[in-house]
Amino acid sequence: MLDIEFQKSPKGKWTTPPFDPRFPNQNQTRNCYQNFLDYHRCVKRMNRRGKSTQPCEYYFRVFHSLCPKSWVQRWTEQIQGGTFAGKI
Amino acid sequence: MAYPFQLGFQDATSPIMEELLHFHDHTLMIVFLISSLVLYIISLMLTTKLTHTSTMDAQEVETIWTILPAIILILIALPSLRILYMMDEINSPSLTVKTMGHQWYWSYEYTDYEDLSFDSYMIPTQELKPGELRLLEVDNRVVLPMEVTVRMLISSEDVLHSWAVPSLGLKTDAIPGRLNQTTLMGTRPGLYYGQCSEICGSNHSFMPIVLELVPLSYFEKWSVSML
Repeated sequence: MLDIEFQKSPKGKWTTPPFDPRFPNQNQTRNCYQNFLDYHRCVKRMNRRGKSTQPCEYYFRVFHSLCPKSWVQRWTEQIQGGTFAGKI
Repeated sequence: MAYPFQLGFQDATSPIMEELLHFHDHTLMIVFLISSLVLYIISLMLTTKLTHTSTMDAQEVETIWTILPAIILILIALPSLRILYMMDEINSPSLTVKTMGHQWYWSYEYTDYEDLSFDSYMIPTQELKPGELRLLEVDNRVVLPMEVTVRMLISSEDVLHSWAVPSLGLKTDAIPGRLNQTTLMGTRPGLYYGQCSEICGSNHSFMPIVLELVPLSYFEKWSVSML
């Protein structure tokens, strides 16, 4: 979560995550998890290339809207502790 | 909300619930017609001295009482499937609200813009003000804008719960580790009550849900005040 300013939703532009046809059904668990992974992967790769992570903020806004805070907190702690099970 | 000696559903507050009400009326009418016909025929059978002991075949009536029930079932199935598909229509929500079930309260998170979250406990009977509803009132209601499509994401932090608001035709299980989505659209302002609908321990009956549907400007003022 490097760029706080970019993470704040652009006024008048962002409302809520749009319908994602990859996850059309009732179970949205994967929608939340996938965007969380995509955000961290995007940030990692942009940093590796020395580019701005601003485009990654879309994924941040999506998982921030969709994922329960406790899940995000737990996953973030796992990433910091090196015990996160997902591939970033 | 529910009232004593209630026989039917609560008044509908969402388009889907209106459809369900009408469907229920239609299906119940069919049920009453068939039941009264059968009861009438039974009463006729029991109150006659006439007998007929030499029935060999009854092709015509057997055809009728096979085809007619099939038609009746189709007349029930078609509206039912229509509503089922209507529930799954893709709509674009304007707001996402998450709710997590706990033992024994609900917590709500509005994180589209800022981080707004709060817990919602039932008001104990001793602390009710005059006119408030026993076992239904909560300290912090779920305030939502009316006539806005809201994406509700429901999960649990411990055991199974179920988030239900009958007036809007909503009931979705809260399962730990799973994020269940349902769409909420309230057509009129007001207070709408529901109760946890999956057994979750000793206080399962004491973790209600209260939606407060208000105009958008009130919702915006409320969300600023809650931050």
